[in-house]
Amino acid sequence: MSAVVVDKVTKTFNRGRTDEVTALSEVDLTVADGELVSLIGPSGCGKSTLLRLIADLIQPSTGTVTVAGQSAGQARKEQAYGIAFQQAGLFEWRTVLRNVELPLELRGLSKRERKARAEEMLTLVGLEDFAGHYPAQLSGGMQQRVAIARALAVQPPLLLMDEPFGALDEMTRERLQSELLGICTQTGTSTVFVTHSISEAVFLSNRVVVMSARPGRITASITVDLPSRDDAGRQSPAFFEKITEVRQALRGTPAAAPPPRASEGAAAGTDAR
Amino acid sequence: MKRALYVLLGLAVAAALWEGYKAVGNPDGTVLFGVRILPRADDLSMPHLWTVLERLGRPELTGGRPVWIVVASACLFTLGITAAGFVIGALIGLLLAVAMERFRIVERGLLPYVILSQTVPLVALAPLVAGWGGTIMPPWAVVSVIAAYLAFFPVAVGMLRGLQSPSASGVELMRSYAAGWWRTLVKLRFPSALPYLFPALRLAGAAAVVGAVVGEISTGTRGGIGRLIIEYSREATSDPAKVYTAMLGAAVLGLVVAGLVSLLELPLMRHRRHVEVVTL
Repeated sequence: MSAVVVDKVTKTFNRGRTDEVTALSEVDLTVADGELVSLIGPSGCGKSTLLRLIADLIQPSTGTVTVAGQSAGQARKEQAYGIAFQQAGLFEWRTVLRNVELPLELRGLSKRERKARAEEMLTLVGLEDFAGHYPAQLSGGMQQRVAIARALAVQPPLLLMDEPFGALDEMTRERLQSELLGICTQTGTSTVFVTHSISEAVFLSNRVVVMSARPGRITASITVDLPSRDDAGRQSPAFFEKITEVRQALRGTPAAAPPPRASEGAAAGTDAR
Repeated sequence: MKRALYVLLGLAVAAALWEGYKAVGNPDGTVLFGVRILPRADDLSMPHLWTVLERLGRPELTGGRPVWIVVASACLFTLGITAAGFVIGALIGLLLAVAMERFRIVERGLLPYVILSQTVPLVALAPLVAGWGGTIMPPWAVVSVIAAYLAFFPVAVGMLRGLQSPSASGVELMRSYAAGWWRTLVKLRFPSALPYLFPALRLAGAAAVVGAVVGEISTGTRGGIGRLIIEYSREATSDPAKVYTAMLGAAVLGLVVAGLVSLLELPLMRHRRHVEVVTL
């Protein structure tokens, strides 16, 4: 069974008004179980809209979204996914531990179960010593790790992430990418990951889905198969080849473009913007 | 310790200003082009502070209770009225804010009237409700109603802002947990509203004191500090220090209410107290 099936989804905002916008047009996307798929594209290409449709935070105008074999609405009601946004969005009046406990509370778990599970999740993201701290006392990277622990707390089969590392510096970002990969492999979670960064998409994903704007649609789907996903993987020729491929897909240049010069490899980390 | 020192310093400055002006000011006041711009500084208008304090110790009337006991018991009476008005007003304010947050149409329809309610002069309103005293409620309760009428406003407006303060991502997060309106209110909106609620409650506390004092005067309710100010001011020409003892009592009452309200804040705002950032 596929983790996510998006079938011919179109999303139009403000339909019938002068400010009508077609955010997504006839989008098909399938995410296999345990797969990590990145959505990449210029601003306004509808990648966040697509993520919100999967999360059932908004409804499609036409087409259907299926999550783990059921409708997106049903999946949301059963907390079949965890979600993390660009801003950690922690509740500042709750300690780190109580923040991670929040989704478990709403699921009606007992106090003891909640605490045990939340502590487990904090260990997973390496913050077990900060359970009693308040979010305001943590750095941005640590807050984002708490947000990931919170998203994973109900042990959902699917993780939805909307530029979760977008506001972090490069070093923290790379460390969290490796941590996220470790967690996803360990738990077998399927992931849909929205990002602006080509290198981040290539490093993390089994598949990079390239989107273009006006109207938002999927233009390419590039399978990535790196020899290893660690620092050696970041240096491998396969990594740079895929970065070039994604960049060309983003620019809309044909695949038969001349091979990149050596100097382009150095700029591999630049954003798609 | 340091705070107590600042409080004492503040009192000393206020006392120095009073006595300082009294020492240098014109006893007949300063009049410029027929307009008095500075008040009279004579003993009748501005008695010495020690005269006021000394007056507190002497009996109200010959053979009566000392003034400080009369003032203190009047303050306690008014404190009770204020507390009742504050609680009623805060509850009504909370309910209105929740209703306005829940239904946009209620906000659109009600908020203008909430604001309009505060432009009605209290002295015009008091006679309307004064008739309720002794019929459907005891006379003191009418004064509480007036206090509540002033107190609900800052709570309604402040709390509405607070309930609307959570970010869109916070609301989306609660939606992703399949939390309905009530659980979003309890887990997200209410806690995020607390930083807005407490300043609003402090304003409501002050408004309730004003409402109680003015309400007592305009409904003619006996036993409170508002009434006492009026009674003592009739003796202002013969016993100028006496009215100041009642005013002192009203000021202390206001401070006590403000202090009590800010005590509410302590257990609920723990996370605000330490903000040292760990960098790791």
